[in-house]
Amino acid sequence: MKFFVSIIITAFLGYVIGLFTSFPWWSFAVTSFVVALGIEQSPGKSFFSGFLGIFLMWGIAAYLLDTANAHLLATKVAIILPLKGSYWLLIVLTALIGGIVGGFASLTASYTRKPARRHY
Amino acid sequence: MRVFPFLVSAICTAGLVYLFDTQLPVGNTKTPRLGYFLSPQQGFWQNAEKSDVTYNGNIKLQGLAGKVDVYIDDRLVPHVYAEQDNDAYYVQGYLHAKFRLWQMEFQTMAAGGRLCEILGPDRKPNDSTFIKVDRFFRRLGMVYGAEQTAQSVEQNNPEMKSAIDAYAKGVNAYIKSLKPEEIPFEYKLLDYKPEEWTPLKTYLFQMYMAYDLTGRGATTDLQMTNAKNHFGYEDFDKLFTNVKDSLDPIIPKGTAYKNPSINVKQPNDIGTAYLNVNNGDSSTASAPLVPNKSNGSNNWAVSGSKTKSGRPILCNDPHLGLNLPSLWYEIQITTPTHNTYGASFPGSPAVIIGFNDSIAWGVTNAGRDVIDYYDMKFKDASMQEYWYNGEWIKATTRKEIIKVKGKPDQVENIAMTVFGPVMYDKTFSNISSGGKNLAIRWTGLDGGSGLLAFYQLNRAHNYEEYLKAISNWNSTGQNFIFASKTGDIAIKQQAKFIARWKRQGDFIMPGTDSGYAWQGLIPIDENPMMKNPARGFVSSANQESTDPSYPYYLGAATNFPIYRGLIINRKLSGMSNITPLDMQRLQMDNYNVFAEMARPVLLKYINDSLLSSQQIKYIDMLRKWDLNSDVYSKGATVFNAIWDSVEVALWADDFAKSSLPMGWPDESTLLESLIRNNDYPFSDDISTPDKKETLQDAILKAVKKACASLAILEYQGNLEWAKFKDTKVVHLLKIDALSSLHLPIGGGRHIINATTEAHGPSWRMIVHLTDDIEAYGVYPGGQNGNPGSKYYDSFVNSWATGKYYRILFLKKEQAVAHPQIKWRLSFSNV
Repeated sequence: MKFFVSIIITAFLGYVIGLFTSFPWWSFAVTSFVVALGIEQSPGKSFFSGFLGIFLMWGIAAYLLDTANAHLLATKVAIILPLKGSYWLLIVLTALIGGIVGGFASLTASYTRKPARRHY
Repeated sequence: MRVFPFLVSAICTAGLVYLFDTQLPVGNTKTPRLGYFLSPQQGFWQNAEKSDVTYNGNIKLQGLAGKVDVYIDDRLVPHVYAEQDNDAYYVQGYLHAKFRLWQMEFQTMAAGGRLCEILGPDRKPNDSTFIKVDRFFRRLGMVYGAEQTAQSVEQNNPEMKSAIDAYAKGVNAYIKSLKPEEIPFEYKLLDYKPEEWTPLKTYLFQMYMAYDLTGRGATTDLQMTNAKNHFGYEDFDKLFTNVKDSLDPIIPKGTAYKNPSINVKQPNDIGTAYLNVNNGDSSTASAPLVPNKSNGSNNWAVSGSKTKSGRPILCNDPHLGLNLPSLWYEIQITTPTHNTYGASFPGSPAVIIGFNDSIAWGVTNAGRDVIDYYDMKFKDASMQEYWYNGEWIKATTRKEIIKVKGKPDQVENIAMTVFGPVMYDKTFSNISSGGKNLAIRWTGLDGGSGLLAFYQLNRAHNYEEYLKAISNWNSTGQNFIFASKTGDIAIKQQAKFIARWKRQGDFIMPGTDSGYAWQGLIPIDENPMMKNPARGFVSSANQESTDPSYPYYLGAATNFPIYRGLIINRKLSGMSNITPLDMQRLQMDNYNVFAEMARPVLLKYINDSLLSSQQIKYIDMLRKWDLNSDVYSKGATVFNAIWDSVEVALWADDFAKSSLPMGWPDESTLLESLIRNNDYPFSDDISTPDKKETLQDAILKAVKKACASLAILEYQGNLEWAKFKDTKVVHLLKIDALSSLHLPIGGGRHIINATTEAHGPSWRMIVHLTDDIEAYGVYPGGQNGNPGSKYYDSFVNSWATGKYYRILFLKKEQAVAHPQIKWRLSFSNV
């Protein structure tokens, strides 16, 4: 449950901070960090919730923009980058780049706490 | 706190952010900042325009005097209705920026020598690096010329100035309204931001066009000097003769010209100090970006006596580089003073080629020589004093600072002389330029009235007002063609033209005294012109404007292609009852009149018994070819391959002996020489000293070589003309993914449909001057410069296949309810 809540809040805050575009593109790293500070999870879970939160947010946003555009621009960019003109690969690459930064930001936050005590 | 994992993880996070926030080098280019570029909220995804986009809106602009309503049609052409003239230009600036901002800024950056600032010094546009391009344009005086024009317009043409100022305000209003994520795609790709627009940029754009249309001389004068030095003037004059048997000039042969009011005097020492002097290997610096030789155009107007309706029809297709976003942007501008439609330049107010309620006009390049070099003698390396008319004269120095991305500035100190800037000196030269000091004299640097001629043409009602409007034109020489609803047709060559003696300025001239300076400008009313001729049409296609009886020297014949003019005049002479559809077909005509004349000459020297059966197969294709360079024509490819091969066989050996760049003679010169004589003085291959080749030998050798490459083409499936030619419309950054490639279009050099690989009719327009004007147009591009818009290249296929759009030329009350009007943008003061 915590895991899913954390994904959703990470995605939501990442999206909201991105609306204030005077902040740089990576400002979601800060919000992801804050979310992981607030929601206590193991480092592994923190990483994946941060990763998935931004991966999904970037991936879905890119997907929606691309669909509304009938893949016109993404196909061109996927030739420039080069991804053989595949808009799908470009959406996945976009999501991965966002996700990996979000994941590491969340992971970093999780290490501010003491390791969870093991319950024997 | 787990300090060690925390630190490692924090460093990883920061490292990733840094990595994705950095432009990474790949080959000789760089990636965008990937995190930024791919961010769906900030990066390129934001430029992916919705397929069902709407452009409606109410926009408040500071300083508008009245209301402006813009109705946008289904091709994304805006129809601007303004209560004040300057409001119309304000909104035109806004619209240009809304749809073409990156392009208009980039073009002026290129013109002003600022590419390094955004692209870094080392990327290669062609064979040259951006730092070379920037230095070349700075030293040529592009910024200086723009400043001169700005100053002179400011002092002399307040109306023009306020139009350009209003336009700049509009561009800036749009730039200020942009949210960071809304900046055009290319800024994100190259990672920079739009800057403020200034009126100077409009003048810089004009310099860009001036260079594109007259700047070839900056290179050819040097190459011609090399050729003259290498061959000696006598042989040079044979290779690059000014005699043209098949010329059909703009003003028909036999027209009488009045005596010149300026009698130019050839210097006495022209033989020893100019024509026959060998200025050695001192003159070979060549431009990094040479304007395309085919920069030219067609225009013609037929009078009512030749049309079905009894009203004139005017046609124009300017041949320029084919680029995306296009150089042109269609617009209708309606104010209480005028109602005008046509193609405008993003970067400039008003319409450049178009029509209004009363008249239509168009332009082609005049090709006249307005650019010369003078060899200067400086006292010492400091270049502060130069020798002129027997004394040392002080030079001023102009400092041009080129900002270079990621590197220190490059500073150009340019000595300014009585002739103009010293373009080439020891700091700007190449291996063979030997540090000679060459000052450039170019009318483009003399200031002038900017776009006033077009501003007034937009408002002209009749022949007299057309003449008055174009009398303001003092930039690049143009053939202004004209037709009116009242039935007049006319053409006039207009610019600031130099009264030259024969061969003046074809080569580098001595700069140590005024003996070789320009002696005067040709008075405007002595420029070649023609009104309502008995033959019922006027036309131009960059050929010489007159026959040799015109009292002034037009410049070296190599500046003027002759075949398009010949075929246009021949076709128009034979036509009657002309309709706009006939004119569309004529603009798309693929008949090759050059081949018509050259094929019999080639066949005369080809002996089948010396050829293999495969070679004979290609010669048969040539024999059976219908002389149309159509999309599927194989004969056209065979002809071109053989002709090019003949040129190589005849000239390569002679030109190879010099390491200096020398342009080859024109095709027309060679063809006419072959028609006139039974042999050609340069037939012998001088690289085989033991053998003396005849013309027949040379052509046999050429045919065999050509057939070998034709066989390869055939094997690859590329023997058809359009596949061989492979026309494309190229993005300004030369990125294939953003270009339109492999277009199925015929035509080519010497053909009315002058479409070559990436060059050709950049805007085709046909205006039938009926009571309600019936006009057609198309250009290879689209109204929206955003590669993420479906309107980016929406006209390209129509253009390639010869389809035209019927132009909507609407009164406001028609626009309100017209079925093809899709959107409305309203502008009012804040």
